[in-house]
Amino acid sequence: MGAAFVAVFRRDILQAWRRRADWLNTLFFFVIVVSLFPLGVGPEPEPLRTMAPGILWVAALLAAMLSLQRMFGDDFADGTLEQLILAPQPLPWLALAKIAAHWLLTGVPLTLLAPVLGLQFGLEGEPLFVLVAALLLGTPCLSLIGAVGAALTLGVRGGGVLVALLVLPLYIPILIFGAGAVAASAAGISAAPHLSLLAAGLLLALALAPWATAAALRVAAE
Amino acid sequence: MAVNWFKYASPQTFYPLAGRLVPLFWLLAIVLGAIGLYIGFFVAPTDFQQGESYRIIFIHVPAAWMSMVIYVVMAAWAGLGLVLNTRLSSMMATALAPTGALMTFLALWTGALWGKPTWGTWWAWDARMTSELILLFLYIGFMALQAAIDDPRRADKAGAILALVGVVNVPIIYFSVKWWNTLHQGASVSLTRAPSMANAMLLGMLIMALAFWAYSIGAALLRVRSVILERERHAGWVRELPPG
Repeated sequence: MGAAFVAVFRRDILQAWRRRADWLNTLFFFVIVVSLFPLGVGPEPEPLRTMAPGILWVAALLAAMLSLQRMFGDDFADGTLEQLILAPQPLPWLALAKIAAHWLLTGVPLTLLAPVLGLQFGLEGEPLFVLVAALLLGTPCLSLIGAVGAALTLGVRGGGVLVALLVLPLYIPILIFGAGAVAASAAGISAAPHLSLLAAGLLLALALAPWATAAALRVAAE
Repeated sequence: MAVNWFKYASPQTFYPLAGRLVPLFWLLAIVLGAIGLYIGFFVAPTDFQQGESYRIIFIHVPAAWMSMVIYVVMAAWAGLGLVLNTRLSSMMATALAPTGALMTFLALWTGALWGKPTWGTWWAWDARMTSELILLFLYIGFMALQAAIDDPRRADKAGAILALVGVVNVPIIYFSVKWWNTLHQGASVSLTRAPSMANAMLLGMLIMALAFWAYSIGAALLRVRSVILERERHAGWVRELPPG
């Protein structure tokens, strides 16, 4: 079972590595969206600093969402998905491998990039560390919940917009606690409660999302 | 005595039953609505703080209740359809979604109309209003997903998974929005003040809630009849139905 997990995980990473541009686009999208806000709101540092946690988190949400289509899309198109479903290993476990690969390819780079963008918004010191911690806990949730939406919209008309409609309302708690952690830290309050809630959300998503994803994949492959 | 629990699980037997039930629920909705509105407009006393404008609660509160109840009922039917593979359960879920979305929209709309004269604003990012808005998004997502899938059986199953995921999320969303709201305590109006309500007001509201229940059931049954006809149009019994 472990070998199957590693094989699926490795395959996804390898495929992404051979088509680097696809995944880099997600990161550029993140940077561009974040950079648009000062142009729209104005360059005064004070409002930007208070808005920074929200802006960074909303942009991360959108970037993670845009990359969801690729999680199962190619496998669905070329028949790999059917082989995964027929495999003797449990499908939720294999789906989890694909989710983990997606997180490594989007969540981790977003987390590494975010503090640099935070500096542009005048975040300094502890809030930056909290931002990284919150993203480390929050981005796996985005991949897990997003996987359900991605699996549900496989091969569906207008899947790209639809996945946004399905997934974004479910992302709201993560947005609230993730941005809340950074905002609390910037205001000099402990960010620990928010981070604990994010971790709780991650555990819950980890326990439920692979099964929902697997059920949705079976429906899609019928 | 053996009861056949699944007698009405078949669209063919349920279709005429729903046809007989629809007028009954319509009648209930009209009678209860008339009584409730009469109490609301003429019997219930004027509120000494909010004047006459509070009377919108006779629409607002039942609509808000129904919006939440229907989501849970819809998810339950969808889940039943997924587990037992009964077509009618999934059709019920499909039929309930538009009514639920309508109730959510009504609750938001009347809330805005009520908010303007009493708090001086159409909209506040209050926990209840925000989670009601998110509930509307969940309904729209469910309907959009089902509309985007052409194969009805696949649409049923995909919608069921989404509805079940949504049901797990609704309490999480509600509490997260609530905590987010207390964190950003900027609003000057408290919406959570315990309502010290006159008996007539409470009675009117409860009767209106029953009227909304009756309307929702009637509307869902009417819609499920259309869904049955549409999906079973190739079946022999549908062709043999008398025209009209």
